[in-house]
Amino acid sequence: MLKIKNLEAGYGKLRVLKKVSMHVAPGEIVTLIGANGAGKTTLLSTISGLVRAAGGEIVLQGKNIEKTAADKIVYQGCSLVPEGRQVFATMTVRENLILGGYVQHRKGNKNFRDSLDHVYELFPVLKERSGQLAGTLSGGEQQMLAMGRAMMAKPALIMMDEPSTGLAPLVVKAIFRVIKKLREEGNTVLLIEQNAKAALSIADRGYVLETGKIILQGPAKDLLSNNDVQRAYLGRDVG
Amino acid sequence: MYWEEDKECISRADLEQLQLERLQATLYRVATHVPFYRKKFRELGIDPENFSSLDDLRQLPFTTKQDLRDNYPYDLFAVPLREVVRIHASSGTTGQATVVGYTENDIKNWSKLIARILTAAGVTKDDVVQIAFGYGLFTGGFGLHYGAERVGASVIPISSGNSKRQIQIMQDFRTTALVCTPSYALLLADVIEEQGINLASMSLKYGLFGGEPWSEAMRNEIQDKLSIIATDNYGLSEVMGPGVAGECRERKGLHLNEDHFLVEVIDPDTLEPVAPGEIGELVITTLTKEAFPVIRYRTRDLTRLIAEPCLCGRTLTRMERVLGRTDDMLIIKGVNVYPSQIEEILFEVEGTKPHYQIVVEREGRLDKATVLVEVVESLFFDRIAKQNELIDLIKKRLATELGIGVEVKLVEEKSLERSEGKAKRIIDKREL
Repeated sequence: MLKIKNLEAGYGKLRVLKKVSMHVAPGEIVTLIGANGAGKTTLLSTISGLVRAAGGEIVLQGKNIEKTAADKIVYQGCSLVPEGRQVFATMTVRENLILGGYVQHRKGNKNFRDSLDHVYELFPVLKERSGQLAGTLSGGEQQMLAMGRAMMAKPALIMMDEPSTGLAPLVVKAIFRVIKKLREEGNTVLLIEQNAKAALSIADRGYVLETGKIILQGPAKDLLSNNDVQRAYLGRDVG
Repeated sequence: MYWEEDKECISRADLEQLQLERLQATLYRVATHVPFYRKKFRELGIDPENFSSLDDLRQLPFTTKQDLRDNYPYDLFAVPLREVVRIHASSGTTGQATVVGYTENDIKNWSKLIARILTAAGVTKDDVVQIAFGYGLFTGGFGLHYGAERVGASVIPISSGNSKRQIQIMQDFRTTALVCTPSYALLLADVIEEQGINLASMSLKYGLFGGEPWSEAMRNEIQDKLSIIATDNYGLSEVMGPGVAGECRERKGLHLNEDHFLVEVIDPDTLEPVAPGEIGELVITTLTKEAFPVIRYRTRDLTRLIAEPCLCGRTLTRMERVLGRTDDMLIIKGVNVYPSQIEEILFEVEGTKPHYQIVVEREGRLDKATVLVEVVESLFFDRIAKQNELIDLIKKRLATELGIGVEVKLVEEKSLERSEGKAKRIIDKREL
């Protein structure tokens, strides 16, 4: 699905990503964990085309996209759920979702009803609030809206940037339940999280990013029991 | 039957991606946590952050057995000891031993790789597996043990030795799979024959053999005598233990677990890679080891890689059975013996000359080693009693040092063959 080889990116002279290699296979939830400033968001922005790669390769479904413009990447089946939701506050929930379906519309798929119904099924609360302005939703609901909006594009790969940020533990649980459900439906998810424990407990595999380098990778449950990960990201003092 | 089909039948492109990811993380970890590698990389001007292709591997330094000895016991560990849950050591004695460690994840991976090998050989959870490898510092016993439990088989941790008891248990417990060295399997076969035990009364179906080199002829003999399917497996404690490679039922070479080990075959003299399919020294880089990662470890084992796809469907490259060793290390009765160890002892014993020869042969099924020692002329014509005293002394010293019993014979000065000034130290008469 997604293959990244030796990806390098940065801002000006600052080198943020240093030869990052990773992959996501179809139907997997892969999580990338790391502390603040490790380069997680830069990695997602580079995959999405918002930040230009300075070197290396990004292959999405067999096609190189490291030089592709951000809008074209969405058409190639890769949707981003940005950090901090970024829903269109002055539009209704339904309008937000329809905007997310724009890609499908342009592809000639005029019938967005199915996608809309599917999103409503995943997030019943969005249906209840469909006429409400997005800005009036709670944080958790906005997160669901942002995810629903990304789903409307029927992406092959959904990338989520810190979906748990600023949400109450109970809401985080609900969000992660939906992510798990997305996988059960055959979706592929790349999940970026600071909440390493929650992310690793639903993911199949994980990568640990530290100062722009992948320092550990493996099955998510192995990373959960890795002492380095425990110390650095799970806030547990071992030994 | 596969244990992990997605890995054992992985496409070459996916495998290379996985290997690169794991190698980059491994290099970063050794450069950060192991002073030995950090220093070596710095000396050679290697920045692991710039490592971008599997072909770059060739620029990296080799790791040798001597490096492991120099860093005895824990200096090559990449994690603090409190994260290590198991310690093994290679056969050898003080000074020669090398120590390796495992984290919880290492043990998990190890079990998984052994499970692959057992599954490839035909073992399932319905089998009763008798593990006649030594349990202890040697990796053989525990390595196979955990993998067999992982498969769900019923494991008999009988350890090595006591052939009659082995056979009794094999009969009583209805053992279906035997795990040991090939020479021990042959010995057991002989005892079974001697005792007139009807093979039909036994349940044995599979034999998984490793720990020493053996031949196709020996395989055929074992298979005939025990009427089992005998497969070969390979590993060494320095990179993990058994589980590095193992044969499938095709029995045409051992599938290397390439998602955990990156292998190269080099010319041991020029250190350059040999042409594809040529014989050379196997060099292994670990890709997932946490406690004891090694970069380009020179195994000293000679083999060649088989590029043709295997009929079993596994895409993991095969290596031919180990054809020999690049150095002069001898494996006698499963124990690693270096001529230099013997030399050292002889130097210390008064009356002997530093000229000696080690003759290794098979007596029946077992190895027998005899050390021929040149002694000073005066002593050679001395009384028998004095000679015997000397023999006993050397025997005792050798037994303590090597951990195995060897025969000792005194010979006249200059009676041992020398060619171009270099002594021929080893005469290996064993026919595998």
